[in-house]
Amino acid sequence: MAEHLLSVHDLAVSFLVRKKWITAVSDISFYVDKGETLGIVGESGCGKSVTSLSILHLLPKTTSRIDRGSIVFEGTEISHFDDKQMSRIRGKQIAMIFQDSMTSLNPVMTIGVQLMEALKVHQKLSHEEMHQRVITILENVGMPSPEKRFDEYPHQLSGGMRQRVMIAMALIQSPDLLIADEPTTALDVTIQAQILGIMKDLKKNSDISIMLITHDMGVVAEMTDRIMVMYAGNIMEMGCSKDIFHNPLHPYTQGLLASIPRSDKDIVRLTSIEGTVPTLMSMPKGCHFCTRCKYSMAQCVTERPPLFLVGAQLVACWRYAHQEERLT
Amino acid sequence: MIEIQRPILQVENLQKYFLAKKKLFSKGPAYVKAVDDVSFSIRQGETFGIVGESGCGKSTLCRAILRLTEPTGGKVLFEGKDIATASTEEMRGLRQKMQMIFQDPYASLNPRMTVRELIKAPLDVFSHESEEGKMEKVIKIMGLVGLNEESINKYPHEFSGGQRQRIVIARALILNPEFVCCDEPVSALDVSVRAQVLNLMLDLQKQLGLTYLFISHDLSVIRYVCNRIAVMYLGRIVEIASKDELYANPLHPYTKCLLSSIPVPDPDHKSERIILEGDVPSPYNPPSGCHFHTRCNSVLSCCSVEYPLLREVAPGHFVACHLCRQGELA
Repeated sequence: MAEHLLSVHDLAVSFLVRKKWITAVSDISFYVDKGETLGIVGESGCGKSVTSLSILHLLPKTTSRIDRGSIVFEGTEISHFDDKQMSRIRGKQIAMIFQDSMTSLNPVMTIGVQLMEALKVHQKLSHEEMHQRVITILENVGMPSPEKRFDEYPHQLSGGMRQRVMIAMALIQSPDLLIADEPTTALDVTIQAQILGIMKDLKKNSDISIMLITHDMGVVAEMTDRIMVMYAGNIMEMGCSKDIFHNPLHPYTQGLLASIPRSDKDIVRLTSIEGTVPTLMSMPKGCHFCTRCKYSMAQCVTERPPLFLVGAQLVACWRYAHQEERLT
Repeated sequence: MIEIQRPILQVENLQKYFLAKKKLFSKGPAYVKAVDDVSFSIRQGETFGIVGESGCGKSTLCRAILRLTEPTGGKVLFEGKDIATASTEEMRGLRQKMQMIFQDPYASLNPRMTVRELIKAPLDVFSHESEEGKMEKVIKIMGLVGLNEESINKYPHEFSGGQRQRIVIARALILNPEFVCCDEPVSALDVSVRAQVLNLMLDLQKQLGLTYLFISHDLSVIRYVCNRIAVMYLGRIVEIASKDELYANPLHPYTKCLLSSIPVPDPDHKSERIILEGDVPSPYNPPSGCHFHTRCNSVLSCCSVEYPLLREVAPGHFVACHLCRQGELA
């Protein structure tokens, strides 16, 4: 098998809650190849952000820990890296776009200075060169009149413009992997369309890999090559986008897709998944979805299903246990 | 559904202006026209949707209709009676018939009150029933919205978002209102829970004969629940049409763009996306004429001068666009 850009194997992360370590995500194994876009979808609290933050070691050190697992980036194991080693990777090789641009940008620094700072960390350039680079990258992300924006503060920009700055900041070092955590969730649809357009151009014009984290199935369908569906800290299903949407195998994926209202067609009645997501404290021992699953069997309650390979998809569900090829 | 033609609520030229900060050397006070000259009517038993991007005035419109904020001008006729000029006493009577469901179930429930107190609060204000009578109603409505009777003494923080929104709905419905204003009732909820709440709202509408004013920025949700839809842009309504008509044959350039912007959850879906340039202009200083002309891709010379009136281009289909008048789009 060819080497993946990023591969995560058997990752588990826990958090310290009232002096007890509570597992937030576990059994996470996936990979991202060069030039592809992997979508991570799931509802709030399913662990999609925790997974991405743990790759960059951005989780709080005192209250969280990586229990086990390996994170291999470009052939190097980075899960045990210290801060100094990580800072060489952060921004330069793996960059991140956060959801809320208002809290992620420094309110007392101009856009230009913040972008130049992102350059300064990894490269020695003259002020002139940096200025030029910043203007170019702002143009690339479709910022109107970048010269003028250079000296403006975040509060002077609209939400869409701020998100462009975030993207520019992430791209300024031309990273190999871009982790976008809900990049358009806080934006209006027309602005979201603009930002998605920029990200599509980026995919077309470079061989950057993107990990797109979102809860919006529409955005995933449009942007990604492969999809990983998460629920309550576990992977439920993984496969290429077309398979996941046209032939969802896991009961959770099926339920999720059936519960989305559509703008392109009339739906008489949505099928909803009954019940609510269990809390981290009361997580079932077996399959995490067993409390809400209509196919739940005895085995589901007691034993967690591994990922079974069905066709080209990976599914964590005992219903597919007759498929012999286990992967984990 | 028999009386679907009878309007329960008529909004006529409703305006809500907010006083903006006065600038040095400016003549007279400046206003932000959050809701500007909005007219529509809602029929008994239907769900009327208002859709638009953030800042377009949909929430202000909702609040002005319920007179939670005083309208600057215009009329709101609820069952023929003008709410905008009603006295405090009259309002008290009317409020029982009009209720509201808020967006954020985390912010709209008092964390110090139990479910029992929260749901019973409207009864304490309006009803002279005995305590037993009230409790009976609370239990009944809890069953109706799918809340477990055992959770009656719990506090809001013990519930998930979806459960909390059920409490909010129960509280809104306990007075047996005829008309419910729903301001983004499911935006704060996760996909799987959102479907539960939407289905619940539709079921309750059928059972109790409710009329909804449903405000959302999500055109997919709007399509699922609404019968008729109004599209707002910068304080004005640009298009009103029945659901089928609006999605099949949108006429206003803004509506077209809005519809094409939504990502469809189907990887094979191919559509021509109209990408709007720029941002929504500031409501402090909206463009002259048609507010949308700065971003519109088919501007005429008259667009920047004259505001197009909302006119009926097909039965029940109203559009405020100069293009439609000239018959170029219709």
